[in-house]
Amino acid sequence: MTLRLKAVAKDYTVRGETTRALDGIDLDIARGDFVCVVGASGSGKSTLLSLIAGLTEPTEGLITLDGDAVTGPGPDRGLVFQHGALYPWRTVEGNVAFGLELLSIDKAERARRIDWYLDETGLGHLRKSLPKQLSGGQKQRVAIARALVCEPDVLLLDEPFGALDVQTKEDMQVLIRRIWTDTGTTVLMVTHDVEEAVFLGGRVVVLASDPGRVAADIVVDLPGERDLAVKRAPEFVSLRASIEDLVREQHRGHLGRSRGER
Amino acid sequence: MSATDAAGRAAQRTDAADEAEAHRLEDEQRLAEAQEVRRGARPDWSPLPRRAGLKPNASPLFSLRTPIPARWRWTLAAASFVIPLLIWVTLNALGTIKPMFLPTPVAVFDALVKMIESGELFSDLWATTQRVLLGFGLAILVSVPLGIVMGTFDAGLALFEPVIAMLRYLPASAFIPLLMIWLGLGEPSKVAVLFLGTVFFNTLMIADAVRGVPRSLLDVSYTLGARRGEVLRKVIVPHALPGMIDATRVNAAAAWNFVVVAELINATAGLGLRIMRAQRFTQTDRIFALLIVIGLLGLVIDIALRLLRSRVGKWAA
Repeated sequence: MTLRLKAVAKDYTVRGETTRALDGIDLDIARGDFVCVVGASGSGKSTLLSLIAGLTEPTEGLITLDGDAVTGPGPDRGLVFQHGALYPWRTVEGNVAFGLELLSIDKAERARRIDWYLDETGLGHLRKSLPKQLSGGQKQRVAIARALVCEPDVLLLDEPFGALDVQTKEDMQVLIRRIWTDTGTTVLMVTHDVEEAVFLGGRVVVLASDPGRVAADIVVDLPGERDLAVKRAPEFVSLRASIEDLVREQHRGHLGRSRGER
Repeated sequence: MSATDAAGRAAQRTDAADEAEAHRLEDEQRLAEAQEVRRGARPDWSPLPRRAGLKPNASPLFSLRTPIPARWRWTLAAASFVIPLLIWVTLNALGTIKPMFLPTPVAVFDALVKMIESGELFSDLWATTQRVLLGFGLAILVSVPLGIVMGTFDAGLALFEPVIAMLRYLPASAFIPLLMIWLGLGEPSKVAVLFLGTVFFNTLMIADAVRGVPRSLLDVSYTLGARRGEVLRKVIVPHALPGMIDATRVNAAAAWNFVVVAELINATAGLGLRIMRAQRFTQTDRIFALLIVIGLLGLVIDIALRLLRSRVGKWAA
């Protein structure tokens, strides 16, 4: 599987005024990759995921999955929103079951798969709970399990841990790392947290702002087996610092430009 | 109010003046302290006028959005029935109003018992209920799909909303003469009044409930492989269902209003007709009894729909 973006651009028109959110994006993601996209706000990170998910169409360029052009949303590209977007009337189990209910597979097989993913995300004891009874971290686990049970070619995560407290966030980082290893799924994750990107990603893509462009594509040269202690390793700290500088630079450049226009 | 004229007014009473002076000194001291601590670029503003914090321990009865004890809740609910009843009894006892205009509660109760014994209350109640079920049932049958279309498709909204928003302002009772010409004096014209009186409101309220389904839920469903029809059936309808029941509960009250109005004009049976008859013979006790029956029935319907709503919508936070 390869997800390929070629010269992708996206314009938004608000009250007759057209702004370019993304410009000339080239990106290749291979099966099993874990790629993190970082960038300051306004760099079009979320737009990028929305385009890949097929929820919006690119103004220019082409997105292909295994050579087939992406023309709309589908279960081969699972998406997890920042606030989960769970079905509030369905239980945890019911939420995870949604995608499988649309397919003609027998009940026992469906239950077996749901059980596995509930177990993997540590939700077994909460299967009968409603979303309103869950904490923020638990909601995100359900959203991740619900996307994964459809076995997407690529899992798209849109700042999934952005609204969580620091401890929960670290638990979730360890969890998503383990899920990635266990399932061999491909992950493309957008975040504004550089530490998170370096900890999770095999590659970190830095987006520049206004319009969003790929400013850097950095390979994270850390061991594949990572635990939270790696965040204190000198090579982690220096990589994180240099990427943070890059993001800050892009952000400042963006501010300088918008001041110059006035 | 500036500190100086507050001080001037307080000067008439020495203790107040002392207090004001103390405040002024305190303010000066605060300013001096602030200037000492601050080294940044902020101008030397005079201190903001001071405001006392919220007084604690206000009674829950007068605190905003504060739950009251259960005992209070029941007492107040009972009082809302008992107090009017007491006023009623007192007016009767004083004899300022003739019993012909204001019958005693006992007379009203007797009239009620008489109507129950003769069986006419139940045949009237059934005739009226039947009309509500038919007229309001038809309104629900039309407004649910129409509301879903308006809340789901922008085109549906553009097509139906302006005309329904206008039709909603036409009073259904004003249609009665026209409906009698078109549909005659029988049942169809009464059912039509009820239908016209409720269908437009119900449609718009259901459209609102449907439009309240978050966009992100639709998007996420597409990424899980759902087709448009499946999203409508498995996401939009279940999410909007509690809102639809709410709309129906509000409009059920309107349905009862319209049925009685329709029956006042021309009917062979029904609670509205019975009220009209009683008026002809100045049987105010019967009118009171019938009004109480209608009120209690409304209360029962409201409670039933509330229970249904909280059962169906228990997932809502």
